[in-house]
Amino acid sequence: MRSDAALPVLTVVGVILLLWYLAAIMLNAPWAYDQAGRDGVTLGAGDLVRATLSQERPRLPAPDQVVAEFWKTTVATAPTSKRSLVYHAWITLSATLLGFGLGAVLGILLAVGIVHDRTMEASVMPWVIASQTIPILAIAPMIIVVLNSVGVAGLLPKALISMYLSFFPVAVGMVKGFRCPERVLLDQMSTWNASRAQVFWRLRLPAAMPYLFASLKVAAAAALVGAIIGELPTGAVAGLGARMLSGSYYGQTVQIWSALLMAAILASGLIAVIGLSERITARAMGVRP
Amino acid sequence: MGRPLPDPVIEARGLGLTFETNDGPVHALKSVDLSIGRGDFVSFIGPSGCGKTTFLRIAADLETPTEGTITVNGMTPTAARQARAYGYVFQSAGLFPWRTIGRNVTLPLEIMGYPKAEREARCRRVLELVELAGFEKKYPWQLSGGMQQRASIARALAFDADILLMDEPFGALDEIVRDRLNEELLALWARTGKTIAFVTHSIPEAVYLSTRIVVMSPRPGRVTDVIESPLPRERPLHIRESADFLRVAARVRDGLRAGIGDEI
Repeated sequence: MRSDAALPVLTVVGVILLLWYLAAIMLNAPWAYDQAGRDGVTLGAGDLVRATLSQERPRLPAPDQVVAEFWKTTVATAPTSKRSLVYHAWITLSATLLGFGLGAVLGILLAVGIVHDRTMEASVMPWVIASQTIPILAIAPMIIVVLNSVGVAGLLPKALISMYLSFFPVAVGMVKGFRCPERVLLDQMSTWNASRAQVFWRLRLPAAMPYLFASLKVAAAAALVGAIIGELPTGAVAGLGARMLSGSYYGQTVQIWSALLMAAILASGLIAVIGLSERITARAMGVRP
Repeated sequence: MGRPLPDPVIEARGLGLTFETNDGPVHALKSVDLSIGRGDFVSFIGPSGCGKTTFLRIAADLETPTEGTITVNGMTPTAARQARAYGYVFQSAGLFPWRTIGRNVTLPLEIMGYPKAEREARCRRVLELVELAGFEKKYPWQLSGGMQQRASIARALAFDADILLMDEPFGALDEIVRDRLNEELLALWARTGKTIAFVTHSIPEAVYLSTRIVVMSPRPGRVTDVIESPLPRERPLHIRESADFLRVAARVRDGLRAGIGDEI
């Protein structure tokens, strides 16, 4: 981070933390007052703050509670244990990565077909768009149940839901990307009597690189959401989705929030890796720094 | 129009192209008869919409004519394109931004299947020809506009096409760079003996470069005059102050004015 960016970034983080604490106090105050009423004590301002920020099952846990739970379930627990958040994060991440990979490949293949074939553009594109108008929450349980009934369980059904969400941004982005070369470059290729494959590998694909990385970033975030949603109807066995679901069954809001924090960290990690590959690719392609 | 040529490289008879638009047909080109002989340097000059670029694009098989016939090296434009009979230089350099200058020049050779050693040898040779030796490893953005256009010409020279079609290649450059590239282009033409068809907006450029000047006018795009240049093939820059030069320039200017008619 550049040093002149540190102050604005820290300011925004500080404001968010402050708002979070204020919201925690406000949301948790009714329960604290109830409790105090039952115990027959009156709460001063200091007591109220202390009582709202240290509840075991708060409506909104304070940031330090979430961080403490996060620390306890990651660093202080063996990663092989089912209580470890790292264990659950890995389950979700593996489904995310598989689904993201499948989705990216499917999206690129669809875009190649759509760009090169008019019939395919007319016949496939409407289905690609229609596929995204169906709420994933509605069909995710069906995918899980149907695949389970034919004996496919575990990683693959979740990965398929990830794929379902992540192929779309890649397909749409790459159709745009493959079509972005300037007219003069396409004409140039034509004067050399280049084949369609040569035009694709030497012009369309390299020209589409900025679009590829932009759509991969969207797809990575969507794939993670897909994997988490895929874990919700499995009966809450393992994964971040299962952690969130069991947390909500038992009112373990701190557990839900630490799973959310983990999901956010995973998503930023994925985006950072894609951003890094983007920079490496750009350098290899001689992009003006 | 034009004298009969013993060895025409490009020959058009009654050539026309009409675009159907919502506002009715647009005659981009109408009844053009023209022969370009081997080793000629022919310039096409005229205001926007006179069809000079369209003629070049038809010869290059980038547009399909709606009337008449045209042959390039005795073939249809499609066959000529497939035989890689011509190199085309566009108004914008059209370099591939992710390829170095060297790899831009070897791109058509790669597409045409030349072996690697041959590609590199030819790349060195044509970059020397346009005075860009040593710039192989640079990316296009690291070069000035004039150097980019030279690289684009080198790319069109890299394979053995004996026709060079140039569509306002120096149109976006300043006058000093343009003068220099004009001189270099003449030297290159003398050295390689290629047939060059050259589209331009500039009267001095057309007169300085050409053995023949085709004057065109718009709506419909047509040829109004074909001028044989009396200038010698050897042309130092100061030939532009000679009486012959000025006489040809005046005739081109008259031709342009007559073609435009009452429109200005």
